[in-house]
Amino acid sequence: MQVPIEYYLILSAFMFSVGVAGVLIRRNAIIILMSIELMLNSANLALITFSSFMGNSIGQIFAFFVMTVAAAEAAIGLAIVIAIFRNKLTVNIDQINLFKW
Amino acid sequence: MEQSIQPLENYIPIFLVLGFAAVFALAVIFSSKLFGPSRPNKVKLSPYESGKDPIGSIKERVSIKYYLVAMLFIIFDIEVIFVYPWGVQFKQLFGEFGIIAFLPMLWFLIVLELGFLYIYKKGGLKWD
Amino acid sequence: MPQNSQEILLMLPHVVIGVGIVISLLIEMYSKKSETILPWISLFVFVFAGVHSIINISANQILFGGMLEVGGKPAIFNFIFNIGAALLILNSIDYIKKYESNHGEYYILIQSAILGMMVMAGSKDIFMIFIGLELMSIAFYVLAGINKKKSSSNEAALKYFLLGAFATGFIVYGIALIYGVSSTTSVDSIIQNFSTFTQNILFIVGLLLFIIGFSFKIAAFPFHMWVPDVYQGSATTVTGLMSTTGKTAAFSVLLIILSASLINYNIDIFAPYFAVIATLSMLYGSIVAIAQKNLKRMLAYSSISHAGYMAIGLAAANSEAFSGIIFYLAAYTFMNIGAFGIISIIEKQNDANTDLTAYAGLASKSPILAAFMSLFMFALAGIPPLAGFFGKYYVFISAIEADLTWLAVVGVFSSVISVYFYLRLVVYMYFKESEKDIDLHIDKYSLLSVVVSGILVIYFGISPDSLLNLILSVVN
Repeated sequence: MQVPIEYYLILSAFMFSVGVAGVLIRRNAIIILMSIELMLNSANLALITFSSFMGNSIGQIFAFFVMTVAAAEAAIGLAIVIAIFRNKLTVNIDQINLFKW
Repeated sequence: MEQSIQPLENYIPIFLVLGFAAVFALAVIFSSKLFGPSRPNKVKLSPYESGKDPIGSIKERVSIKYYLVAMLFIIFDIEVIFVYPWGVQFKQLFGEFGIIAFLPMLWFLIVLELGFLYIYKKGGLKWD
Repeated sequence: MPQNSQEILLMLPHVVIGVGIVISLLIEMYSKKSETILPWISLFVFVFAGVHSIINISANQILFGGMLEVGGKPAIFNFIFNIGAALLILNSIDYIKKYESNHGEYYILIQSAILGMMVMAGSKDIFMIFIGLELMSIAFYVLAGINKKKSSSNEAALKYFLLGAFATGFIVYGIALIYGVSSTTSVDSIIQNFSTFTQNILFIVGLLLFIIGFSFKIAAFPFHMWVPDVYQGSATTVTGLMSTTGKTAAFSVLLIILSASLINYNIDIFAPYFAVIATLSMLYGSIVAIAQKNLKRMLAYSSISHAGYMAIGLAAANSEAFSGIIFYLAAYTFMNIGAFGIISIIEKQNDANTDLTAYAGLASKSPILAAFMSLFMFALAGIPPLAGFFGKYYVFISAIEADLTWLAVVGVFSSVISVYFYLRLVVYMYFKESEKDIDLHIDKYSLLSVVVSGILVIYFGISPDSLLNLILSVVN
């Protein structure tokens, strides 16, 4: 039995919403970073779903690119968080308030 | 319905492997107990935890050096992903372009290795 | 893969910058004096790429199997990016020492960011938009935090990173939906079938997410939260690059959507969205800037309001708007780079002298800097006959042609408000006595950069037709 395309898309939309909610609600920089990764992965799921159902491989290649970019972003993000932790000893974005948000 | 049921004989090799593995593992453990000298002390009896103290606070912080290695690992691990589609298509690409099909990936890997060399030169892999 | 020598010649700007990055990396690894060599390599690379683009502007061609466009419209953008970056490199030589982060990596990252922008401006495939965007953004995240010992720089980097990556999430999800409906990633074929796709709600949602993501990048109003903090916290030269070329690159992508509605007549579904963000950005930026004492923060709010003026063109969505926005971007880039160049000259260690009070009595200490600063402020305020005036003029005309006269009226109203805070700086420089004694060290390369920006701003103002005709020749 084949799973209908809607199921995948609903799952990916749900993951995306969880990611957006995580970014908006959580205050820990690392968890925000993880939520952003979740958003990118939900986009990957959508890309691969479309690619598989339409039978063209562009979407899968695009997913590869998104994955590498997500990895690079995660690396940069962790580096920035470590730099800020060394100066301020916190990763809570409410306490990183030299300027007003 | 009759055809879909697999004859059980097909699984005999798997069971054989499982049985052999179990017998071998038990034999090794008990033979070392039987024949080896046994002089236990406190350190030897503690669970193996890569040389660290196995019992302690879970809030303990790990050295920041792990982060650097982890970040570098993420980047270089993921970049290899581009080799897969190229490798899958390589036969066809080779038929079409000849040896030129090899060059883009070579160039990609050279640039990637240049990044690795940069990390090495800047001391990103030093551990002290 | 390039087919002949003609194509190799045309992709030379991209190749030269790519090779420049690799060579700079090697120099950074093996040379002890990389900080003194790399600025000149970057400068050469940028000047070469900028001049090459503008010379080969008529040779419009699409390379790499429909991936990358060179010549034509991208050539104008490449000119803006590269000359802007070259001017900022001249500023950086002295400034980055004051900022205590004189690393060779600074120049390598700037080259990467500019390459990313060039890929964005020339992209004919959604793939390329995404890759160019990320190359630019990731380089900017690091550049914003280039001084890792400084709390303000760290904070700017973190805020820019979190909100930038958030926007990237929107863009990627939007791209996934666009791809899902159109089953292609080629920009041209999406534009051709735009009217059929827009009947699908999934396509509209995808495009909206895509546009929201880029609204973050152009610093338009509801998505502007990061702008003031990041602009204030980053190094001044980096801020100059982010606010001008970064904004231009994001607009070069939004112009693709504009061209989609140009080719398919009357499909203008996003005009209300752009009209709303234009109005809000203009008014919010102009009004809040009045309350700012820090010059970098003031220019950040001014940047928000300028994004609003340009978004008027996106709402108008006609061919006048298309050329008007490109003209505005060119004018804005050079006047803002000039302004940030002067701030970087006057700024001292630990973010000192970025307040308005530091500029009191500048006219008596350095008449030339004061004169150029006034020039850039007049240009930003849109006072004729400087480049900024014609940028606003063309955009407002396009709004009137598109029956959006109210938007042009709001724009003029907001410009009048903005004159107050731009001229306040001029008043400080000429009519106030300086309270504290500031020793002024004017670096000759920084001064050169300011003078060149000033000349360009005056030139585009006195003969706007020269630039406009160039733009019109490639737009049609």
